[in-house]
Amino acid sequence: MYTDVFLFACRKAFFNGYFLTEEASDVIKIDSLTKEFSIGEKKLTAVNDLSLEIQSGEIFGIIGYSGAGKSTFIRLLNRLETPSSGSVTIGDKQITTLSKKDLRNARQDIGMIFQHFNLLWSRTVQDNIAFPLEIAGVGKSERQKRVQELVDLVGLTGREKAYPSQLSGGQKQRVGIARALANRPNVLLCDEATSALDPETTNSILDLLVSINKKLGLTIVMITHEMHVIRKICDRVAVMEKGSIVEQGDVLEVFSHPKMPVTKKFVKQVMGDTDEDEAEMNQLFQNENNRNVLRLHFIGETTNQALISQLAKKFDIDLNILQGKITQTQRGAYGTLFVQLIGDQHEIDKAVQYIDEQTSVEMEVVENER
Amino acid sequence: MKDEFFANLDLAELYQATYETFYMTILSLIGTFIIGILLGLLLYLTAKDGIWQNKVINWIVAAFVNIFRAIPFIILILLLFPFTNFLIGTVRGPNAALPALIIGAAPFYARLVEIGLKEVDKGVVEAAKAMGAKTSTIIFKVLLPESMPALVSGITVTAIALIGYTAMAGVIGAGGLGNYAYYFGFQRRAFDIVFVCSVAIIVIVFIFQFIGDYIANKLDKR
Ligand SMILES: Nc1ncnc2c1ncn2[C@@H]1O[C@H](COP(=O)(O)OP(=O)(O)OP(=O)(O)O)[C@@H](O)[C@H]1O
Ligand SMILES: [Mg+2]
Repeated sequence: MYTDVFLFACRKAFFNGYFLTEEASDVIKIDSLTKEFSIGEKKLTAVNDLSLEIQSGEIFGIIGYSGAGKSTFIRLLNRLETPSSGSVTIGDKQITTLSKKDLRNARQDIGMIFQHFNLLWSRTVQDNIAFPLEIAGVGKSERQKRVQELVDLVGLTGREKAYPSQLSGGQKQRVGIARALANRPNVLLCDEATSALDPETTNSILDLLVSINKKLGLTIVMITHEMHVIRKICDRVAVMEKGSIVEQGDVLEVFSHPKMPVTKKFVKQVMGDTDEDEAEMNQLFQNENNRNVLRLHFIGETTNQALISQLAKKFDIDLNILQGKITQTQRGAYGTLFVQLIGDQHEIDKAVQYIDEQTSVEMEVVENER
Repeated sequence: MKDEFFANLDLAELYQATYETFYMTILSLIGTFIIGILLGLLLYLTAKDGIWQNKVINWIVAAFVNIFRAIPFIILILLLFPFTNFLIGTVRGPNAALPALIIGAAPFYARLVEIGLKEVDKGVVEAAKAMGAKTSTIIFKVLLPESMPALVSGITVTAIALIGYTAMAGVIGAGGLGNYAYYFGFQRRAFDIVFVCSVAIIVIVFIFQFIGDYIANKLDKR
């Protein structure tokens, strides 16, 4: 009995220590990475002196337009592309200096999924998933066990014996994910993993990636040109342009305060054009009846999401939502809402005071000049 | 009926000739398959951006393939007489035809193999690399299985060319249906024999084509 408790305490201490040290460490360190292609006489710098640190257990997004060098960059991480200069360190291995044999071993710890899935058409679902295990020299019975686990994990139970040609795009990517996870990697590289899928399937694959990230503590590097993908699953994001990272930070921070023009363009993809909204709102306020309009700015809210219903319950007022856009990110809700408070001016003032003092929602009273 | 229309036909001889044709075709086909795949792989792997990219080896293999593909088969047999004599100890009979058959057909097949390998999705090869696969794994578990339908239809086409070659080889003494048709039919004005041999060869071609198509279809899960 006592020993049980003792053991439990020990295990807990061990786990805490383990996770704490993990939490603080960078799994991927990229230092002045450069890749030049020579096309005839000309030289093209696809990745230009890029430095970056990606932390253990996070989902790190890299967004950029076509030709920005995203694919080249992610292929440099597992050395499918040989860098011209600079270094990549994953875990305790400096990928850029490994011998061929060590590189092959290191690659078994780095999963990768692709835009076009890249499954072997000649193998069934289970044999595709078993392939990396064969490469790693895992015995047959253990292989079968592991394959079944993975099939269940990605939700393809019952489809083990199907060939890729008999699967939908989303199912193919699930096979791709299972295959990438087979050897229990620490890092998963995704190059446009959802770009060939329709929006609904994209979401289901993104949900799967998040659940894997949470369940296995896997670090995910996600390349995309869709801000929706970043918004939905990433913790941090870097914006890439012409081979360099021009802006990076927490997804919410980048969403709420985009600095570079490219970044603003990407934010527009999901939030719509905020300047236009503003103009529309101003017009609305010219209207006589529009008094007591508040602009509520949610940044990473998780606790205040029920604010509107709280206000209606706590104070004797009606709330009229005029306009707004709230979007969910991994770090909570983000967006702006315009609401009009209707009722006794005294109650309204109390409600405004409550929002200001009791919640972390940023608030602005929109004045209309009458 | 047989006595009227096929007065010269000897069934035992026809059977023997058919057997020899099958014998030469199948043995040379096996040799062609192995050597053709080796040469085809070498062409593919040493090509530009290939896994073993190597200009010199690629050039040498390509030159070998092109030269032997350019020589008409009937001349190739004559050219290889000394080599065959050295290797087999004779220039007569079905065995003597094998070196020429293989050397004549393998380069042709090698090109078909190369085309088949080029059709393999680059992304799949890259995925295997990303999993840490060795080159031998990539060859045996990715390139060959993924190109198998093309390799099989290639070997079918080659088999049919080979059946034609065995007939030519027969004319200069290798045995088989070509030999039978020429010496026992054509030279003795026994055209019924020539006719029966033609039919026999057509049937053999159809059999190979049918088997080849069937296997290629079975293998193709795309
Ligand atoms: N093997 C190569 N040889 C020469 N140039 C290349 C090669 N691979 C990529 N490039 C060039 O490098 C630049 C970056 O390409 P990359 O594929 O990394 O872009 P990307 O951001 O992934 O674009 P996309 O969103 O279209 O996939 C492009 O200008 C491309 O033409
Ligand atoms: Mg790309």
